[in-house]
Amino acid sequence: MNAIITVVGKDKVGIIAGVCVALEKINVNILDISQTVLQNMFTMNMLVDIKNANVDYAKIVEALDKEGERLGVSIRIQKEEIFDAMHKI
Amino acid sequence: MINQREIIETLNMIDNQHLDIRTITMGISLRNCAHPDPEICAQKMYDKITKYAENLVKTGEDLEREMGIPIINKRISVTPIAIAAESCETEDYTIFAKALDKAAKECGVNFIGGFSALVQKGFTIGDRRLISSIPEALACTDFVCSSVNVGSTRAGINMDAVKLMGETIKKTADITKDRDGFGCAKLVVFCNAVEDNPFMAGAFHGVGEPECAINVGVSGPGVVYNALKGIKGEPFDVVAETIKKTAFKITRMGQLIACEASKRLGAEFGIVDLSLAPTPATGDSVARILEEIGVEVCGTHGTTAALALLNDAVKKGGVMASSSVGGLSGAFIPVSEDEGMIAAAEKGTLTLDKLEAMTCVCSVGLDMIAVPGDTSAETISAIIADEAAIGMINNKTTAVRIIPAPNKTVGDSIEMGGLLGTAPVMPVHKESSFDFISRGGRIPAPLNSLKN
Repeated sequence: MNAIITVVGKDKVGIIAGVCVALEKINVNILDISQTVLQNMFTMNMLVDIKNANVDYAKIVEALDKEGERLGVSIRIQKEEIFDAMHKI
Repeated sequence: MINQREIIETLNMIDNQHLDIRTITMGISLRNCAHPDPEICAQKMYDKITKYAENLVKTGEDLEREMGIPIINKRISVTPIAIAAESCETEDYTIFAKALDKAAKECGVNFIGGFSALVQKGFTIGDRRLISSIPEALACTDFVCSSVNVGSTRAGINMDAVKLMGETIKKTADITKDRDGFGCAKLVVFCNAVEDNPFMAGAFHGVGEPECAINVGVSGPGVVYNALKGIKGEPFDVVAETIKKTAFKITRMGQLIACEASKRLGAEFGIVDLSLAPTPATGDSVARILEEIGVEVCGTHGTTAALALLNDAVKKGGVMASSSVGGLSGAFIPVSEDEGMIAAAEKGTLTLDKLEAMTCVCSVGLDMIAVPGDTSAETISAIIADEAAIGMINNKTTAVRIIPAPNKTVGDSIEMGGLLGTAPVMPVHKESSFDFISRGGRIPAPLNSLKN
């Protein structure tokens, strides 16, 4: 089961590392990453597979929230279906 | 993988343009709850609703978290109580309203609809009892919504019911006068009521519906408004295309949530309602869309044409996005629930007469309108009759949700709170409709050919 993680915030050292470590801890596999910095704003979209996660969905959200707070960025996870529904026919 | 631009577009709609799922409404049949003893009947209703809708709110919240899209309301609609309770040996139906209210609170939903009667052709015993119980039922409950269908294209308009509803609205306002007649905000009078509407206050679970169904209402005036901001000065063809594309995207959200919710709740997927439902929040207004199309203030000349285009384009875009479209589907124009409508009404540009004209081309009708407290029951009935006539002749649903605000007059406004918003008291014509309403009887069903 795939989900999209979006990370937005002020750029600094270690955002990708922090997010990746947080995902490793809960056994979420990263399938694709697209990242850019626009006017000092860090933006990253990740496609991840949560099928083998070792915690339930609510706990994944919690773990990412906590990491976002530590890094000072907003991290959001949403199932891929919502984007597919809107943008694919 | 979905590209970055698409991801950002979706997030922008949710974060900055108020894209949300307005309601997941579970329709529940109460037809097997009949019992001669009203206490037992009410208990059966309560038990059935709380059993079927036990996980409704939790499922809504789970979906909200997983998909990252706000689901504003979780609601329940039930079989019209005039039918479900008709076999009970009691005159007073408030006991059933209380049971519904208690069940709504137990399930954690914020409205329950179906304290309703369908009387387009005439009254049964249950219909009369229900209508006479409406004022008290709305006063003594928090979440119960009531609706009465007084006309249809096939049956004509029941003018006795129209008269009765004018009186009922006045009584409801009076009995809830300490809250500015708030009870009337939960009471809708319909012509051509639909059986699968997920939106309150007019939702009920029609007799042709399955045992339990999930109906979803989407929203997104803010998204349409923002899309139109990008095409200033372009011709109407471009406006219509842009609205269609946006409506498609919005509706796909509704379809996804409706399918998933019905699967998880073990209920049938009913319909997606394609309505553009505004809220009092800035940037979530249907009036502002019309103004973006080009009218300076909503209500001025050109508004009806702009609304006609908007309403049609929303449907065209939405129909392809969903496997089953129903409910009211169109643009809503509730005055108190729309920041732009409130502003236009306060300015005096948006009048009751213009709103009536607008209802000819859009979803529903005169919605959430406050009028002076001294407006007579006959005048309210006459407003209902006009609106029902528009619905009857044009083969569409029309409705009146009007609040004769006690002790208030033009220039005042009433505060409903939350999504119901603020209603400026709008003037009505002073000339009497007494003789017109006193006639009673029925306006016959219209001819459906020789259209002019």
